[in-house]
Amino acid sequence: MMILSFVYSRIYEMNAWKLFSTFFKIGTFTFGGGYAMLPLIEQEVVHKQQWLNTEEYTEMLSLVQTAPGPISINSAVFIGYKLHRWKGALSCLLGVILPSFIIILLIAVAFTEINSNPIVERIFKGIRPAVVALIAVPVIRMIQREKLHWTSGLIALLSIILVWLLGYSPVWVVLGAIIYGIVKEYLTTKTKKP
Amino acid sequence: MIYLELFWSFFTIGLFGFGGGYSILSLIQHEVVDIQGWLTIADFTNIVAISQVTPGPIAINCATYVGYTATNSILGSAVATIAVSLPSLFIMVLISRFINAFRSNPYVAAALNTLKPAIIGLIASAALLLSNPSNFIDYISFIIFGTVFVAAYCKVNPIFLILLAGMAGLVIY
Repeated sequence: MMILSFVYSRIYEMNAWKLFSTFFKIGTFTFGGGYAMLPLIEQEVVHKQQWLNTEEYTEMLSLVQTAPGPISINSAVFIGYKLHRWKGALSCLLGVILPSFIIILLIAVAFTEINSNPIVERIFKGIRPAVVALIAVPVIRMIQREKLHWTSGLIALLSIILVWLLGYSPVWVVLGAIIYGIVKEYLTTKTKKP
Repeated sequence: MIYLELFWSFFTIGLFGFGGGYSILSLIQHEVVDIQGWLTIADFTNIVAISQVTPGPIAINCATYVGYTATNSILGSAVATIAVSLPSLFIMVLISRFINAFRSNPYVAAALNTLKPAIIGLIASAALLLSNPSNFIDYISFIIFGTVFVAAYCKVNPIFLILLAGMAGLVIY
């Protein structure tokens, strides 16, 4: 009980600024986004600030991957809301977004000036095929890791045909997959119960 | 008007961008390159590269960049960035509130199960959509692609690979 009340008081002593600055740090030092951010989030939130215990952190991990949107943004909102409701959610959200907002804004301003610069154009001619390779590799990895069942393989193939070949918006693929999953679950539970 | 379009496009991206990371790319490309024409496919690829070597998620980086280039103002940047984060904010708060109902719901689990292969398809689509003549200009492009593909598969740091490809481009072209 004493530990509980200690944790409780710690949570309410801490102000929105602490939340903001912690997530500002997380937003500044994580390159590549998403999964790359998770070790630093764990370090800050579980070990250093002790806002979540390991169990709560593991639960957060599964929830933030369930929801749409970037994983780091979802984590920031989840932790902020847990500690300080809306005020906390907004503080963490602002903290995690601001570093990339500032950096990319500076790049955007500079890049519109130097975009036609021949040296910059040469550099990006080399970089562009590398980017395509970096996107292709996770596809291979995911196929190996998930050990696709034939229905899953069919869904993946259908999504490629719709988006790549026919030019449909990925929104339809996402909606279709969600509806298909729900209908399938409904039908299997219905047949199970006589 | 352009601000409304920016808001709507990036709100859609935030709302339907399941899976994190690269899975959101085909959606961003569809909205920003195909529908609105705010960026060329080469520009879009450049931004993905910039996102790799700067901190923060790709969706936020794209929003900030496109918001600025489409309107030539910081306000445009802010509008797009806020729009792409809003769905996350509301949905995560909703999940936090109804965490118990959400956690044990079989329909949520079922939907996520079918989303997983669809997302693999979306990332594959992103890679295929970017495999076009503006990114692959000659045989050297294919050599760079092959080299980076093998290196990335062997878990070489992507930031390092992008810097290396940039240097190769500078020396070769």
